[in-house]
This record gives sequence, C-alpha cells and structure tokens, in this order.
Amino acid sequence: MSNCLETKFNDILFKNPVIPASGTFGFGREYEAFYDLNKLGGLCSKGLTLEPKSGNRGIRLWETPAGLMNSIGLENPGVDAFIKNEWPHLKDIDTVTIINVGGKDEESYLTAIKKLNAIDAKLIELNISCPNVKAGGMAYGIKAATAGEITKKVVAISRHPVMVKLSPNGEAIADIAKACEEAGAQGISLINTLQGMAIDYKKKAVVFDNLYAGLSGPAVKPIALRMTHQVCQAVRIPVMAMGGISNWEDALEFIMAGATCIQVGTMNFNNPLAPIEMIEGLEAYCQKEGLANISEIRGII
Amino acid sequence: MAIIQSNECISPDIYKMSVTFSGTVLPGQFFMLRAWDKDPLLSRPISVHDYVPGKVTFLYQVVGKGTKILAKLKTGDNVEIQGPYGNGFPEITGDLCVVGGGIGVAPLYYLVKHYKEKKPNGNCRVYLGFRENAYCVEAYEAIADEVILDIGGIITNQLRVQPDEVVMTCGPEIMMASVAKTVPLENVVYVSMEAHMACGIGACLGCTCETKSGNKKVCKDGPVFLREEVFYV
Ligand SMILES: Cc1cc2nc3c(=O)[nH]c(=O)nc-3n(C[C@H](O)[C@H](O)[C@H](O)COP(=O)(O)OP(=O)(O)OC[C@H]3O[C@@H](n4cnc5c(N)ncnc54)[C@H](O)[C@@H]3O)c2cc1C
Ligand SMILES: Cc1cc2nc3c(=O)[nH]c(=O)nc-3n(C[C@H](O)[C@H](O)[C@H](O)COP(=O)(O)O)c2cc1C
Ligand code: FES
Repeated sequence: MSNCLETKFNDILFKNPVIPASGTFGFGREYEAFYDLNKLGGLCSKGLTLEPKSGNRGIRLWETPAGLMNSIGLENPGVDAFIKNEWPHLKDIDTVTIINVGGKDEESYLTAIKKLNAIDAKLIELNISCPNVKAGGMAYGIKAATAGEITKKVVAISRHPVMVKLSPNGEAIADIAKACEEAGAQGISLINTLQGMAIDYKKKAVVFDNLYAGLSGPAVKPIALRMTHQVCQAVRIPVMAMGGISNWEDALEFIMAGATCIQVGTMNFNNPLAPIEMIEGLEAYCQKEGLANISEIRGII
Repeated sequence: MAIIQSNECISPDIYKMSVTFSGTVLPGQFFMLRAWDKDPLLSRPISVHDYVPGKVTFLYQVVGKGTKILAKLKTGDNVEIQGPYGNGFPEITGDLCVVGGGIGVAPLYYLVKHYKEKKPNGNCRVYLGFRENAYCVEAYEAIADEVILDIGGIITNQLRVQPDEVVMTCGPEIMMASVAKTVPLENVVYVSMEAHMACGIGACLGCTCETKSGNKKVCKDGPVFLREEVFYV
C-alpha cells in the first residue's frame, strides 16, 4: 500500500486523514464488527466529562431531509470510568486516538484535562460547542473572548496537544478560531452540530425535551465547507473539518478548502463502512491524479 | 445485501416481506433495514416476524418515508439488512402468555413458534389487540394453544394470567404499561421497547431507555427488558 494519504497534523502522524467523529463512534468497539479499526487515520472518543452524565430525557434522535437532529446531552461514563474501562482497549488500536472533552464550568474542564494527563492519548479535542447541554458546552464556544480564555487555561495544564472544536452557532467562526490560536491551541476542529428545532404538529408539541437540538449530516455540508474555508484562511494551525461528509468526494472538497484531516459523523449511521470507503476512494484518487501525497491538493481553493 | 423472496400487502398498510438470510436469529431480535442510499439517511429497525434457516420474514406497517419505500419493493429486489441486533426474548421453562397490540404483534409469531418447537408440551396463550383490522390471527391460531382477539377495544381488559405463566408483550407503550400494571407481581413479565435509532449497535446513545438501573440502550441492552426494569414506578 502506498502512503499517499499519510498526513501530519503538526507532528502527529496520521496513516490517512479520515477519522470517525465524536459521539458517532462510541469508543470504537461497536464498529470492530465491520472492519479493522487499525485502518483508520484516527478515532475520536465520545465526549467525556469529569463526572458521569446520563444525558437528556425524551426523544434523542429525529431524522430530517438529508440530516439528523440529536439531543443526546453528552451521556458518558465520566473520565475516571473511561480511563479504567475503555482506555485499556482503545490504547492498543494502532491509530491516532483523540479524546473529546466537555465540561459544565472551567473547573470541571480543567480537572478532567488533568486526569487525562495520566494516559498517553495523542490529541485532546476540547469540546466547547455541544448545543445539547444546559451548562457549559456551547456557552464557551460561541464567543471569541470566552473561547480564548478557556483554551488558554486548558493548554496551560494539558500534557497533550489541544485541538479546539468550534460551534457554528456563534460569532464569526474565523474570529473564534483566531482567538483559540492566539490562546495556544494546537489545532481547530469544526463544525459541531448546528442548533435547530423540531415540532411534532400531530402532538402539538416540541420533539425534544431540551427544546432545541443539534443538526448534522449531508444537510449541513455546504455550511461546514464554507466555515472550514474561512477558518483555514484565518489560522496557521491545522484544521480538522467535518459536517455532512458522506463520501470521498466530499472529503476531498474539505481538504481542498484547507482541512488537514476530516472527520466522519452521521454517515457512520447511514453506512458503517463509510470511513473505510472514503480512505479507499481518496487513495484511488491520488493514484489516478498522480499525486505522491494528498497534501499536494490541500488548500488549493 | 439480501434478496427479496416476497413482499405482499396482507391488510391495509401492513406488509409481509421475506428475504434471504444465512445466519441465525433469536425471537425478539431485529434488523436495521434499508433499500435506499442517502435519502432517507437512517436505516429502519424492524423485528423478526418469522425465521427458517435461509430466510427471515418481517411484518411491517407503512407509516412514513422509509416503510413506504419498503412497501414498493418487488420479489428479486435487494434490501440491506444489518443484524440481527438486540438481546431477544429469553427462553423459559414455564408456560407462555404473549400479549401483542397492533404492529407489536410482529415479533411474537417467531417467539411462539420457537417456544413450541423447544417445548412441544408447554402451553402458550396469545392475546392480540387491533384498532381496526386484524391480521396474522390464523397464523397464530395454527401454532398457539389459544388465541384471544380484540378489535377496537382494550386487550388488557380481557387479560387473565395463570399463576405459572411467563408474560411477554410488545405493542404501544401505553398497552405494555397496562400489562405491567395488571399482571400480578408473582408472574415474570418481559416487555419489548421501542426507540428512535440511528446506529442500532450501541454507538450513538440515541435509543436510551430509562431503567431502574440507569440508562440502557434499546438496541443493545434491549429491546426486551424485565417489567420491573422499565415500569418501576
Ligand atoms: C426494535 C424495534 C423493532 C421494530 N419492529 C417493527 C416491526 O416489526 N414492524 C413495524 O412495522 N415496525 C417496527 N418498528 C417500528 C419501525 O422502526 C418504525 O415504524 C419505522 O422506523 C418508521 O419508519 P418510516 O420511515 O416509515 O417513518 P418516519 O416517521 O418517516 O420515520 C422517521 C424517523 O423516525 C423513526 N421512527 C418513526 N417511528 C418509529 C417507531 N415507532 N419506532 C422507532 N423509530 C421510529 C424512523 O426510524 C426514522 O428514523 C420497530 C422499532 C424498533 C425500535
Ligand atoms: C448522535 C451524535 C452525537 C454526538 N456527540 C458528540 C460529542 O459527544 N462531542 C462532540 O464534540 N460532538 C458530538 N457530535 C457532533 C459530531 O462529532 C459532529 O461534529 C457533527 O455531527 C457534524 O458532523 P457530521 O455531519 O459528519 O455528523 C455528535 C453528533 C451526533 C450525530
Ligand atoms: S441506536 Fe445508536 S445506541 Fe442504540
């Protein structure tokens, strides 16, 4: 196999730039029935918080045309249980493991990050963009000033490089990205879900107990692509892009817009093999176009 | 990819579809079905209605976009079936009483058949409740010891459970809640729960069901739960 897809994200080497996105891939185990996880460029964990979280009540999923709304509310076992029960398994997978971390306030973010210093992960994805939790989450991510502040504090105590995951629901996204870069972030990932709403006219009621929910899937792709382009133009740190990427052609477009790596979320539900098919598609594209490495077409737009 | 052997309308908006399948299945398990590419985005969870080696049969109601597409499929067409998923109904030693409401009767056929194969001398009684049109009643009559039918009423009003029966139920949540409430606590009761699903394999946490022992995933820990786990208040 050629290494035309090998990608460096700062000094972290990815076999390929394709990574299942946080919250759509559990901690990996479930997808082992479909393919060898070692083939993935990386793997991003479900969003972890300091304490275990039971998530939101009521309906959590609602399909829309070409999209999916979710209101999971960061259900997760908490950092300690993750380190004890999931990490021993995750760490043996030969891929770049990314740990997604959420929080309700500054202290909970920092304590979670400190605890994660104990493990040898490759990259932290700082989730300041979850629209489905009442406290914290997106509150930090929608303003450049607060995004910068929390990033600075996290970077100062994290043993791991920190990539900040941005929300599409706030101030101009390039400004937020710049604030995170100035605060010391080693990378940016985007986009988290777009805040939306669903009403069930038959029940004359809102669908989600939490009122609003996060939209993802092919429906959001043009917005995600535009935001990726804007952020890539604005910062020098590498960018990991996502939002509606459903095949290798989509992945390529995000890379052309400047993304170093791409993440695959909702499409894992449509086709569990989607990430693998994207890797194969990108590889075939490089061969057909005579590219020694995918980086040759990165950021050409 | 499975090949459709038959797909016929057996009652208004109710279809029965048989497809090729080479694995094995337990009663109460389900598959994620799709016969489309990206629109709709998600696969649809459908229970196993019947199984013989080489073939699995589904019974489904047309309610929206996905099931409408399924209903148009013809013999020889392809359909993606991912599974079987879920825990399924457990095997039991005593007598069996099943209670089905509406399309919730779907998984109970293979359940009764499987029970009778394993325990030819076991007694099995079946309660079926429908709002307007009944379906599959003769099929149940052919394999069960007794079938009690209700159309347009409330099936649980007729429910009389014997002391040594294990009860298994699937149907609207309000019906299962009523079963859970009326059956004496001495009887073991299993309920098959429903939830919107995206992955079907335990990865998205979208199909959560609150239980006495915390959140459970309907797709992986269920869909079958003990009554006291789910209806515990
Ligand atoms: C474990 C399990 C087993 C099931 N077995 C059967 C069966 O044997 N026969 C049968 O007719 N139906 C069964 N259902 C319900 C069936 O999945 C839904 O009726 C179907 O998904 C509706 O899809 P649609 O596109 O026609 O409707 P739409 O309303 O257009 O669907 C929109 C979205 O909501 C979801 N959805 C809508 N209604 C339900 C529902 N009741 N339960 C779960 N998700 C829903 C769909 O999957 C889809 O994602 C089962 C559900 C579960 C969870
Ligand atoms: C069911 C579900 C759960 C998610 N959970 C998380 C999470 O825990 N942390 C996070 O940062 N993003 C989470 N996301 C957002 C995705 O990681 C991703 O940013 C978003 O879905 C856009 O990409 P997509 O269109 O490819 O899905 C979740 C998305 C979905 C659909
Ligand atoms: S459907 Fe995804 S966890 Fe059950």
